[in-house]
Amino acid sequence: MTTTTPTAPQAGLKTAPPKSASSAARESLSGRWASAAAIVIAIVWTLPTFGLLVSSFRPEGEVKTNGWWNALTDPQFTLDSYRQVISGADIDLATYMINSVVITIPAVLIPISLAVMAAYAFAWIPFKGRDTLFVAVFALQIVPIQVTMIPLLRLYVDPPFNLMPLAGNDAPGGGFYTVWLSHTIFALPLAIFLLHNFMREIPGELIESARVDGAGHVQIFSKIMLPLMTPAIAAFGIFQFLWVWNDLLVALVFAGGNPSVSPLTVRLAALAGQRGEDWHLLSAGAFVSLVVPLIVFLSLQRYFVRGLLAGSVKG
Amino acid sequence: MTSTDKLVQMAIAVVLFFAVTGLILVLTARLRSRNGERVQAAAFIAPSLLLIAVGLLYPAAGTIYQSFFGSSYQPILGGEGGNFVGLDNYRTIFTNGDLLQVLQNTALWVVLTPLVATTIGLVYAVLIDRSRFEKFAKALIFLPMAISLVGASIIWKFMYDYKGSDQDQIGVLNAMLKAVGFDTYRFLLTEPWNTLFLIVIIVWVQAGFAMTILSAAIKAIPDDIVEAAKLDGVNGLKLFRYITVPSIRPSLIVVLTTISITTLKVFDIVRTATGGQFGTSVLAYEFYVQSFRSFDFGLGAALATLIFVLVTPIVVYNIRQMRRLEAR
Amino acid sequence: MKNQRTRKGLATIAVIAMSSLGLAACADDSGDGGGGEVSGEAPGAGQAECAQLEQFGDLTGKEVSVYTSIIAPEDAVHKESYKVFEECTGATVAYEGSSEFEAQLVVRVQGGNAPDIAYIPQPGLLQTLVRDTDAVVEAPDPVSENVDEFFGEDWKSYGTVDDTFYAAPLGANVKSFVWYSPGQFEENGWEVPETWDDMLALSDDMVDAGVKPWCAGIESGDATGWPTTDWLEDAVLRDAGPDVYDQWVNHEIPFNDPAIVESLDRVGGILKNADYVNGGIGDVKSIATTAFQEGGLPILDGECGLHRQASFYAAQWPEGTDVSENGDVFAFYLPTTSDEFGTPVLGGGEFVAAFSDRTEVQAFQTYLSSDVWANEKAIATPGGWVSANTGLDIANLKSPIDQLSAEILQDPEAVFRFDGSDQMPGAVGAGSFWSEMTNWITGADTQTTLDNIEDSWPS
Repeated sequence: MTTTTPTAPQAGLKTAPPKSASSAARESLSGRWASAAAIVIAIVWTLPTFGLLVSSFRPEGEVKTNGWWNALTDPQFTLDSYRQVISGADIDLATYMINSVVITIPAVLIPISLAVMAAYAFAWIPFKGRDTLFVAVFALQIVPIQVTMIPLLRLYVDPPFNLMPLAGNDAPGGGFYTVWLSHTIFALPLAIFLLHNFMREIPGELIESARVDGAGHVQIFSKIMLPLMTPAIAAFGIFQFLWVWNDLLVALVFAGGNPSVSPLTVRLAALAGQRGEDWHLLSAGAFVSLVVPLIVFLSLQRYFVRGLLAGSVKG
Repeated sequence: MTSTDKLVQMAIAVVLFFAVTGLILVLTARLRSRNGERVQAAAFIAPSLLLIAVGLLYPAAGTIYQSFFGSSYQPILGGEGGNFVGLDNYRTIFTNGDLLQVLQNTALWVVLTPLVATTIGLVYAVLIDRSRFEKFAKALIFLPMAISLVGASIIWKFMYDYKGSDQDQIGVLNAMLKAVGFDTYRFLLTEPWNTLFLIVIIVWVQAGFAMTILSAAIKAIPDDIVEAAKLDGVNGLKLFRYITVPSIRPSLIVVLTTISITTLKVFDIVRTATGGQFGTSVLAYEFYVQSFRSFDFGLGAALATLIFVLVTPIVVYNIRQMRRLEAR
Repeated sequence: MKNQRTRKGLATIAVIAMSSLGLAACADDSGDGGGGEVSGEAPGAGQAECAQLEQFGDLTGKEVSVYTSIIAPEDAVHKESYKVFEECTGATVAYEGSSEFEAQLVVRVQGGNAPDIAYIPQPGLLQTLVRDTDAVVEAPDPVSENVDEFFGEDWKSYGTVDDTFYAAPLGANVKSFVWYSPGQFEENGWEVPETWDDMLALSDDMVDAGVKPWCAGIESGDATGWPTTDWLEDAVLRDAGPDVYDQWVNHEIPFNDPAIVESLDRVGGILKNADYVNGGIGDVKSIATTAFQEGGLPILDGECGLHRQASFYAAQWPEGTDVSENGDVFAFYLPTTSDEFGTPVLGGGEFVAAFSDRTEVQAFQTYLSSDVWANEKAIATPGGWVSANTGLDIANLKSPIDQLSAEILQDPEAVFRFDGSDQMPGAVGAGSFWSEMTNWITGADTQTTLDNIEDSWPS
């Protein structure tokens, strides 16, 4: 039986503990083979990262001349790589970390909020040309970021209609606005597409009955949709967070050429060299930058469950 | 700018943004009529649409326009329109042997990556669902997502590292081959298999995406459906085949589509792992090379336009699926 | 496209012709540095090292942004070397290095957000920027005068496009080097070869001694293959001489000219000789997948005897390696194949292009082209940097390999030629030349390789 059954009071009202389709499938897929397969996948997926972790603690000479598994039989460990990563620059790592945070938080919140609204309209407010418009938005996912760099930068530097330039030497907000805006633009099509699909899965009767009760779209959106959408929003939020956190290209182009607003990735790229010749520094740097996303993932995982509970109560 | 300044700027931006969105919601909340619904729809969609039009549609149009011109950069607005070459760039793509190979590789990437990554993600999501170590197990598969693509490629370059059979090995895979008595193998150099080994890297990264989304979808399957099926004696693989998969079908399509489109746009892996050598280049990378290394913006734009064209079938398929779901 | 490429070729010839005539672009000497307003007295007025900068007046509060491909850890010493400028003028320098420099620079310039100054490592990129964007600003007179005084005409011509001088040389490197282990040589009684044939004889001795003589690596991400282009350029320079080399680079003779075929076969005699390569790493094909940074490392373990790579390879040896004539590793000049063409030297370097003519930008350009900066930089750098600036006092360079490079660069007998692939059109110099040479290593024959590159030359 399930061991992680949510213990929220509402769940307790049910007579039988919930049991999902897949857990049933798993049980009868003969537990042993299933576990074995899961373990194999997990090992294959973890091995490269594990090698990276071991390498990050090995001395430079060792890393470059023999395989990381040699450290298991002949352990030589040092914190040198981490020391170099953390203190080796004239701008300290904390500044890069703060830049990354300052870039990431709005670049996650803004596109998701906009996308949830747009997705709701596309899913539940009927209007003329809705499908065409949605398909167009969906199709624009394919525009590679590189294609947009020059035209977008031109608009930021020299906007039409005498608008305030967002990039250049006296950029407002130290040049962060262009980065936030660009990330928002690049995230929107996929966000709208994904969230729309999640929203369509919510039973229509729910919306209809709310309409009958006299609720407007804004009320339905904020009182019913948002709570129901929590897992989806959390899931997409994680991915958007990762994309922004790991982004190098957008930051390089749109940060206005100002090193003091560069995120962690710029520092990492400089450390490891373009071609990863300083493997020992890259390995340590990768783990430094990995810490934050991992914490976010682990803490948001709980959210999935909570969102689902909310869903089961209302549904 | 000090760190405090930056955080203040960030707070201002976020507060400003939410104030404006909140205002829109409050202002349109009272509207109930048919016309009011239209205004609401507009208010919900307009901000996104404006950004997309400026940031994506306009550059995309510019790219298609550029693809009919020669090497120098040719903006739609304010360009001189001098070196029009018609379909020359496209002719080059379809007659040049190297570029044909690029097309072939791209096809392989787009077909294999979504299928393999989604299958692994789905199977894994099912296997670990509600098991005792679920969170931990998920984190393991998710881990590669948290590493940038460049980082991932470098990690795998070390996995694939080649040294002669009589040398000390740095790469895990060749060390294994050597340990069991085989000759070491040039993973990144031996055509045509090297493309497959590059695809392994993106599968490694994307499986976590598939797993996370599909796991959320599986958890959303209403329990009563499963219970009812079980009462009817449906169990095991059949349950998976007839209940689980159909229930998460929309999510499956979303995952497949998203991964295909991501795959078409990925250039970091090829760039870092092989630099497009040994017959491993793909469209997105070739676009980058032509535009920003050879500074042939025309040919680059033609390659990018080709990416748009390739995605069209995926888009059309999705629209069909959407329509079918609507009809249901 | 067609017209443009041809023009580029012709222009380059014109440029070279003009510069060899002395290029009288700096005839009218106004002395005020053109561009912006000059006001106040420079903070550093009166100090000897500020003499050249006084003409720009007080620049306190002004900022110059610099965009380069030079990233950590080398960026620290660059910033260190700007201190004199900042003290003399009061202006500050905002430095940004990026590993994505080439592509990003073009994006920024096209996007209208160019930096004040960029250090451009390829003359070919400078030409593209000048011709396609119109954004590069002509070098002011003091810079032009400095370059006339401290650099040869060749160097000035590399920073000149269509008869206009834009960019002064900054750093330089010597590519015609072969790295070796002095200890290993002494142990085996081997001697540094004086001619190419001696070098091959030495290689055979090494084979007899059970050492694979050569090791190499050409893997370099999206630039994979470039070390082989240096090999070929060095060979062409030695076999056919500097004039043919120039014709070849400017595409006045076809890329697959018989002279070039001969030179590539000469390179193949080493790089594709299974008895000679790839010491400590594997077989011939392993050259293609070995990172260029790691190509020479087997020398340290005595598994390989020789590694041809530029002076900047000094930075690749692990920390603690003694790089000197009697140390762990050192380099000798890649010997010539005949006496006919003197001492040809292949090298590279960066050029300072400006995108603004503000006074502080011109002041900074002037500073960078002066002997003051070259010596400041030499003093600040622990090793791994050199310039072709003849005002550079070799004694200020700290590492023996840099001193050797500087001696070669300042040698009046040396025939210096800039890395050819950096001057060719991007489609070749940063495209087919790299990829076809990589195919050549993995099995393609010489004629096919050169034919393919010739075909890819933009018509």
